[in-house]
Amino acid sequence: MENKFVQIKDISKIYHTLDDETEALKNISFDVDRGEILSIVGPSGCGKSTILSIIAGLIKPSSGEVFINNKRIEDMNKNIGYMFQSDHLFPWRTIMENVLIGLEIQKKLDKENVDRVTKLLNTYGLKDFKNHYPSQLSGGMKQRVALIRTLAIEPQLLLLDEPFSALDYQSRLAVSNDISAILKKEKKTAIMVTHDIAEAISMSDRVLVLSKRPAIVKTIYEIELTCSDRKNTPLKRREAPEFRHYFNKIWKELDIHVEE
Amino acid sequence: MLKSNQVEEKKYSPEHIQYLKYMKRKNTMVQLSQIALLVLILFLWELSANLNWIDPFFISKPSAIMNLINQFIKDGSLLLHTSISVYEVLMGFVIGTILGTLIAILLWSSEFAAKVLYPYLVVLNALPKIALGPIIIIWAGAGTSGIIVTALSISLIVTIMATFNGFKEVDEEKIKMLQTFGANKFQILQKVVLPATIPTMINTMKINIGMSWVGVIVGEFLVSKAGLGYLIVYGGQVFRLDIVMAGVIVLSIATVIMYKLISILENTLLKWRQ
Ligand SMILES: Nc1ncnc2c1ncn2[C@@H]1O[C@H](COP(=O)(O)OP(=O)(O)OP(=O)(O)O)[C@@H](O)[C@H]1O
Ligand SMILES: [Mg+2]
Repeated sequence: MENKFVQIKDISKIYHTLDDETEALKNISFDVDRGEILSIVGPSGCGKSTILSIIAGLIKPSSGEVFINNKRIEDMNKNIGYMFQSDHLFPWRTIMENVLIGLEIQKKLDKENVDRVTKLLNTYGLKDFKNHYPSQLSGGMKQRVALIRTLAIEPQLLLLDEPFSALDYQSRLAVSNDISAILKKEKKTAIMVTHDIAEAISMSDRVLVLSKRPAIVKTIYEIELTCSDRKNTPLKRREAPEFRHYFNKIWKELDIHVEE
Repeated sequence: MLKSNQVEEKKYSPEHIQYLKYMKRKNTMVQLSQIALLVLILFLWELSANLNWIDPFFISKPSAIMNLINQFIKDGSLLLHTSISVYEVLMGFVIGTILGTLIAILLWSSEFAAKVLYPYLVVLNALPKIALGPIIIIWAGAGTSGIIVTALSISLIVTIMATFNGFKEVDEEKIKMLQTFGANKFQILQKVVLPATIPTMINTMKINIGMSWVGVIVGEFLVSKAGLGYLIVYGGQVFRLDIVMAGVIVLSIATVIMYKLISILENTLLKWRQ
């Protein structure tokens, strides 16, 4: 048990504002193995982003602990890569300057690292765009740049908060294919938050379902698809016979009522 | 890094070339009309003075003003008055911009200080600074320094407020993004807050050039023995409208040049916008 890569132990979080307090998380516990992709789904506003912020050390939990590699997270952890819903590229920086910002901040801007990042850009179809500005790129490309910016600091763990929800459906499928390929190729461990059940099933090894706020862990599904030798793309995985079955189960579990 | 990759020459369709030509012609028309309008106004002005439609004593006339400006150039007084005023404006403007930005940075870095001081800024901003001119001159000295402080008093608070508000408008998530890389407060300022606020700062500078001129002219009204403001007041006192007009024209030209310089700065700093 103690050698799990990420351990979330009994985390609760209460937000305080002057006129109210909001109980966001209640006794959340789960683990993530090295090299695994875990998705978190849950009703909107249930506390998904809060979990990621706590793991990243951006905010402190009211109680409970997070361990990564058996080290307790106290505050900002430089070994975690965080990817947001929107790309947050700086319009005044070129693509190259944008992806180097993490290394710049961590003062690791040496030739070796720059070469490595350049290679990432080349590999993932951004070779000819290094000196372009973000406004000259499509939404899907920008999201890929944002992922490479996150990967540039060689994080041990990636946190993805609805990384595709700013994209239209077509690019969404394409980019989730790309990003899932990148994650597998670079052998990254990742926790991904999403609204999209199909996306969660097709991209991850396990899917964690949260309840309404205050969020507790309802169920964790091991996704086993007959086509699955993990190298399959999310698009392929959607064709597996078990796909529907997981989809229906999670859908029921989420208990979403239209009239809400 | 930037130069090597200037996108290869693009081949445009005939329709697009037509479009470019049309737009260029339209632009030329606007500029020609602007010049024509100016010529027309000057012509009517000259004519109405010459034909005595309006008494030239009140409005002078373009040819007289040009003669006067020529004469001022020859005897060196134009250079003297202009350079004194420009110096005062630049001092007020530069000090106002730098000091204002520094104070805005201090307010940004301490939420507590910002909360405590903000109401005072609002009140200071509302004060009738021009009416306080005489007092400022008494405090800061009846000379160049007093005039610069008058200009500063008009532009400083506006700079602080505009810049500070610009800082606060920077996207929280962008700051969070940098924090996930472990950025400290200084790095956040340097990498995102300042660059994101540059458009606001440029706009504030454009406003402040005008503000600084107002401050300097008011200061010169009050104390000075030289400068464009002095020239204008003097012309008014001895009923020489041509002197007043000459002063106003030179002042306008100087303002336009300064404004242009800021535009050039804007284009270099905001290259990524094109
Ligand atoms: N800084 C804060 N102060 C007060 N309440 C907050 C704060 N941040 C989040 N909350 C509240 O906590 C709850 C959980 O927020 P969180 O953003 O984690 O939800 P989420 O599941 O990510 O939502 P979404 O599906 O909309 O992304 C929400 O009800 C939200 O209003
Ligand atoms: Mg969220």
